[in-house]
Amino acid sequence: MSEKMINIKIDGKEVSVPDGITLLEAAKIENVKIPTLCFHEDLCIAGNCRVCVVEVEGWRSLPASCATPVMDGMVVYTNSPKVRRARRDILALLVSEHSTQCTTCYRSTNCELQELASEYNIDNEIYINLLKNKSFTVDRSSWAIEKDESKCIRCQRCVRTCAELQKVNALDVIFKGADMKIATFFDTVMSDVVCTNCGQCINRCPTGALTERRYIDEIWEAIGDPNKHVVVQTAPAVRVALGEMLGYEPGVRVTGKMATALKRLGFDSVLDTDFSADLTIIEEGHELLDRLKRKLVDKEDIPLPMMTSCSPGWIKFIEHMYPDYLGNLSTCKSPQQMFGALAKTYYADKKGIDPKNIVSVSVMPCSAKKYEANRLEMNDSGLQDIDYVCTTRELGHMIRQSGMNFKELPNGKFDPFMGESTGAAVIFGATGGVMEAALRTAYEIVTGREVPFDGLNITPVRGMEGIRDAKIKLENVLPEWSFLEGIELRVAVAHGLTNATKIMEDVSIGESPYHFIEIMACPGGCIGGGGQPIPTNEEIRKKRAQAIYTEDEKMKIRKSHENPEVIQLYKEFLGTPLGEVSHHLLHTKYTRRERV
Amino acid sequence: MAKRKLKRVDLIFSKDCSCRDILAAGLQKPREEIIQTLIASGLKGRGGAGFPTGLKWKMAANEKSNKKYVICNADEGEPGTFKDREILDREPLKVLGGMALCAYVTGAREGFVYLRHEYRFLIPKLEKVLDTFHKWMEELNLDFNVKLFIGAGAYVCGEETSLIESMEGKRGEPRNKPPYPTNEGYLGKPTVVNNVETFVYTMMILRIGAEEFKAMGIEGSSGSKLFSVSGDTPKAGIYELELGMTLDEFVKEFGDGDAKAVQVGGASGFCVPRKRFAETHIGYQGGLTGFSLPTGGSMMIFNSSRSMYNVLHNYLEFFEEESCGQCTPCRVGCQQLLKGIEAVKRGEKSQKYLNDLLRLADTMKITAKCGLGQSVGNSFSSIVENFREEMIY
Repeated sequence: MSEKMINIKIDGKEVSVPDGITLLEAAKIENVKIPTLCFHEDLCIAGNCRVCVVEVEGWRSLPASCATPVMDGMVVYTNSPKVRRARRDILALLVSEHSTQCTTCYRSTNCELQELASEYNIDNEIYINLLKNKSFTVDRSSWAIEKDESKCIRCQRCVRTCAELQKVNALDVIFKGADMKIATFFDTVMSDVVCTNCGQCINRCPTGALTERRYIDEIWEAIGDPNKHVVVQTAPAVRVALGEMLGYEPGVRVTGKMATALKRLGFDSVLDTDFSADLTIIEEGHELLDRLKRKLVDKEDIPLPMMTSCSPGWIKFIEHMYPDYLGNLSTCKSPQQMFGALAKTYYADKKGIDPKNIVSVSVMPCSAKKYEANRLEMNDSGLQDIDYVCTTRELGHMIRQSGMNFKELPNGKFDPFMGESTGAAVIFGATGGVMEAALRTAYEIVTGREVPFDGLNITPVRGMEGIRDAKIKLENVLPEWSFLEGIELRVAVAHGLTNATKIMEDVSIGESPYHFIEIMACPGGCIGGGGQPIPTNEEIRKKRAQAIYTEDEKMKIRKSHENPEVIQLYKEFLGTPLGEVSHHLLHTKYTRRERV
Repeated sequence: MAKRKLKRVDLIFSKDCSCRDILAAGLQKPREEIIQTLIASGLKGRGGAGFPTGLKWKMAANEKSNKKYVICNADEGEPGTFKDREILDREPLKVLGGMALCAYVTGAREGFVYLRHEYRFLIPKLEKVLDTFHKWMEELNLDFNVKLFIGAGAYVCGEETSLIESMEGKRGEPRNKPPYPTNEGYLGKPTVVNNVETFVYTMMILRIGAEEFKAMGIEGSSGSKLFSVSGDTPKAGIYELELGMTLDEFVKEFGDGDAKAVQVGGASGFCVPRKRFAETHIGYQGGLTGFSLPTGGSMMIFNSSRSMYNVLHNYLEFFEEESCGQCTPCRVGCQQLLKGIEAVKRGEKSQKYLNDLLRLADTMKITAKCGLGQSVGNSFSSIVENFREEMIY
């Protein structure tokens, strides 16, 4: 953006704004709110909903402020009678093609159309209801994402999300005119198309057209069943975002209140995915060192760089798009699935409960976890390892339904056995976190010393840059790791699948200089996951990430290999990392998938 | 204002000129002179929107870019227009010559003829002509190559930014403006998109001079243009007429004696009832007293046997389908206008609902993203306002 300032007049006020910005941005600087629907800060400008039109003196038509650059001397009215009338008409048009069954809509009170329609007092009887003689389908084929055409306002935010942020293009526009709609390739059901289930489209849908497939009723039923022992695990990113569902500003940590709430909801045991995140680090750290050894010492043809496997959206993406590189993926299951496999084996054993009577629920910031839990291979306990995955949003709804006054809840703790965690596990929730946690552990295994970063904070891998990288030189290593002496360990971090694609293009032409790469499907990592509270934007994601790092700093233990329950787990049950039990319960394999 | 007589003109299809000579002479002139000639002639885009051609070329010429493009818009889709087909069939070299002039002036080295899907039958002929044309280009030492690009049948692709999107392999949907194609057009490069007829007139202006061209027509609407005359007329066909005539004159010449209305400018144009024939001129806005209506050439005459409800219904069905569906006012507005007049006709909505629809049409005119959505209201308002009774009973 140029530094040049130009003068315009907004609603009678002379203002000086930077040249090159849009009218919408100029209004925002002046604290004038112009309503929008197709606009989203994370996406390119579409200019198709026309709700943000404004009046410019001397112009015949009302331009869309999101798509119109400021020009010197412009006289703009954002709220003139002409503008208000046009906006009302446009909103009424949108309402006429929208299913206004708000009472049963999951997004009610969190719907941008509902909010504007109410703000502008739109009578949904003005125009003819266009839904009447059309047939609409609700696509519930996917484990993760539900698509309800009758609520779509065709703003194309989902289309742009899928194309720009994720390069997946599962959703696109088909047909034209009255038949124009958002659909998958050849309008195939969601379960059958190349979709990573990342749910970023859900996060950016202004209405209830795209939502996660919900399991709230099933979970309530399990909780209410006296014969079932219901365990719940909560992912690291949930505790820094759940508050947004319950009246807090973004970036507030509600870990203790969440633990209390879960107990009061009636879960028999409130456990922590952070526990299995620590476990993942142990297994994955050893796997990396094992790969390096086999490559460098045994001269085996081992695929490197190794890539993380905790993000199920990323897994489905690589299975479709780069199936030749599945060997580069760490074989470690994600923390959710490690937890699931242990809940119905180790935990059941310890508690003396028949695994058949355990219902394993996980609360995730993610919609892809719903798909992951339903993968056919995720039954190493002998049963389906995870029974229900609910999102941060679903948990927020359950807490609201329960009538609890969340803000007044006392801080509680997770239950013992698989409830203990470290700061290293918490940071899994932010992009770069897995890498940082892995380095804290792997470096110490190899050298016997802590990572050489101030306060264990490996800042080069933190932040919101799409791709970041770091180097750590391994010196004065312990005798058993002598083959690593002097090696500069090179790592990279990417978040959002468009950035993943950039990394993979280098890998596929053999030009990736890295040993270890962390990839998260969602922008910002899990804190920006497809199951997180809506809205999302970079500012909100940064606040959640900051909360994650604060949580880490406040933890007594900040390295995965020092988690006492994990140490106990190896002693009592698993034996050694990468051992036989681990191999059976904690590691998995991947599937080549078609690209179309 | 003095009444003008309807005057037939013979420029576009005239045989007494050598296209190659005009071009050869044109390429000897300084670029700036050609631009000035076009500006002085007052030539405005003949596709219907009426943007000054000389200015458009000047804007593209002033852009600094390693690549520029010239595109001939032959996606003639407006209902009731069929003049571009005739031009391409009979005078393709004049069209290509105009493109070459534009390429010379702007510095473009590549050009495209965006041919309407339904005009594929012209391809063999155009390809042959292109061979001749490219030989000329070699002889005249102008580095300019023209290719055919065949549309896929969407009406909205006649809108220049949709046309460009479609050429780039995307959905044919209008872009946000600015930037305009002369700044960032095809593949993000400065691009001139002109109608078939416009390119021919640039050649004709070089031939007869700006003065003579400007002597025709009236202020603000100089020169002549091709009209596609259809409907209730014994003389359906294509006629080159001087701009500025009144509809009265037009109907006297072409009507069947019983004309009740003329639709000027096709489905996206205006419907003029008989009582206003005398005060309505054909030409661009400005410079005229009374009503002046621009047209891409479509002139549909309806006699008293026609139901204007049916006419409007037909237009709205067309728009409901041909809207790209991208922006709200056009996608939903077209459906509402169509469903709305049906409901009024059936008595499901009161007559007053027509007022709501007129207001909606006004909103569409000022809020739709492109010319398509903005012009749906033209035919709607002009038909409903002038033939309200026919909408109800």
